[in-house]
Amino acid sequence: MSSRKLTAGSAHLVGQEAIEAKGYWQTYRLLILRRVVQLSVLGLFLLGPVAGVWLLKGNLTSSQVLETVPLSDPFVYLQTLFAGHPGETTMLIGTAIVAVFYLLVGGRSYCSWVCPINPVTDAAGWLGRRLGIGRKVSISRKLRYWILALTLILPAVTGIVVWELVNPVSLLHRGIIFGMGMGWYLIAAIFLFDLFVLPKGWCGHICPMGAFYSVVGKYSPLKVKASNRDACNDCMDCFAVCPEPQVIKPALKGKDKGIGPVILSPNCTNCGRCIDICSVNVFEFGSRVANQMENQP
Amino acid sequence: MSGREANNRKKEGRNRRQFLTDSARGLCSMGLIGVGLGMYGRQAQSHAPEAIRPPGALPEKEFLSACLRCGLCVEDCPYDTLKLAQLTDPVANGTPYFIARDVPCEMCDDIPCVVACPSGALEKSLDNIDDARMGLAVLIDRETCLNVLGLRCDVCYRVCPLIEEAITLEIERNTRTGVHASFIPTVHSDHCTGCGKCEEACVLEEAAIKVVPTALAKGSLGKHYRLGWEEKEKAGQSLMPDLIKLPTRRPENSK
Ligand code: SF4
Ligand code: SF4
Ligand code: SF4
Repeated sequence: MSSRKLTAGSAHLVGQEAIEAKGYWQTYRLLILRRVVQLSVLGLFLLGPVAGVWLLKGNLTSSQVLETVPLSDPFVYLQTLFAGHPGETTMLIGTAIVAVFYLLVGGRSYCSWVCPINPVTDAAGWLGRRLGIGRKVSISRKLRYWILALTLILPAVTGIVVWELVNPVSLLHRGIIFGMGMGWYLIAAIFLFDLFVLPKGWCGHICPMGAFYSVVGKYSPLKVKASNRDACNDCMDCFAVCPEPQVIKPALKGKDKGIGPVILSPNCTNCGRCIDICSVNVFEFGSRVANQMENQP
Repeated sequence: MSGREANNRKKEGRNRRQFLTDSARGLCSMGLIGVGLGMYGRQAQSHAPEAIRPPGALPEKEFLSACLRCGLCVEDCPYDTLKLAQLTDPVANGTPYFIARDVPCEMCDDIPCVVACPSGALEKSLDNIDDARMGLAVLIDRETCLNVLGLRCDVCYRVCPLIEEAITLEIERNTRTGVHASFIPTVHSDHCTGCGKCEEACVLEEAAIKVVPTALAKGSLGKHYRLGWEEKEKAGQSLMPDLIKLPTRRPENSK
């Protein structure tokens, strides 16, 4: 079984086993749910300018729910703080609300459930798997933390919130609501980079926003857990679909080393793709405390 | 030393080397990206003079560090004056601005854009729109302005929300005809808010009156300059009483 290749083009199509064992719905339900959530977030913001229904106003960097509750992105706030602007109360409250939310549901849940770039890089990943395109360069997955540091140091030195001039995440979300202009080229560039140069390149290696939310979610209680890891048949499908495959291994294969079944790495995006794609239902959502309990002899 | 230990040593060495190359690589890429971003950031600071910031905007440099690019000001502007800059616009990406010739600011009494701003990039302390200083209107081309040519167009003056304060018509002699007067539209910086109504309304193909950033429009006296007549008024008397006595020179035989 382990001789099977990860990429398509070979006989084994990622997800086939799961579809056969569980059917389409069970194999794709979290993915569909995620797309629904992503579209709803965008849709709620668009409802204002398009239909005049103002449930959500602004965009992901800062917004107002029903013209009362403020929400602000803590990463963008941090950049303005480093640029020397402490901010207004409204923004601070908004930032706190968002930060606490992601602290609870897992920082990078932002990435897989909200971020507008995610469907773009997911699409590139999917197409790359279909076409069997491998990586052309290798970059350390730590690069994003260096870039994160940079996005905070540069404002401190130059006084300008530099990253937000180019940040494709806010650019795309803002663009869809307020007009993209040439911004599409940047998004296309990310798609092509992920497709032809480095699979999972942007989100998994470069994006400082993802790195920031990893830090936010370091101690989040909501985690994915390989509860049923003994049933694993080494089909490797979960590794193929996971945007951060390196996070799976300890939890899935670490039993002999005494590692608990919970995926503890803050890089896990809580997308739940592994839960769906596994034909023998190894994974489920769980809490990080479960790890300690199951680790008791 | 047993073979195993030596092996471990080797491995450790390799790990250390790996770590060092990794760090060096990280630092180098970070340096490169940093320089690129930094330069782009500097570049982004210079924006086209026709792009005017919303009322209450902090000075440009601070504004760029404060604005979240959320567009709340844009969405709350009832006249669709404001827009958010796109990637290739001549304004820092994502920040709000308007082009007066397209849609000027209508100077709302309740200043919804300022109220909406969550970050303080638009200063909440601005509670009277007449105090806004988005820029300064300048009669930038006297060669085409109809009023300067001696006609009575007056449109910029008429549309000014602060008519007779921000724009007045100053009478000059029309030297072409020699017998008529020209009514020169004249902007006063102590009242002009930079809303751009005049620029929008100018009847010419290309406006002769334009709103530009205040810093571009205004000269400034040297800090040490004193205006004699103002000082005199302050002091209540001439500052150099009887200081200079000039000898009266007359032709010898005159009285
Ligand atoms: S890593 Fe960045 S671009 Fe990717 S999903 Fe997360 S925030 Fe979005
Ligand atoms: S004062 Fe009114 S018209 Fe002018 S920019 Fe603000 S909201 Fe728009
Ligand atoms: S509301 Fe304030 S922070 Fe948001 S775009 Fe306008 S000026 Fe910037």
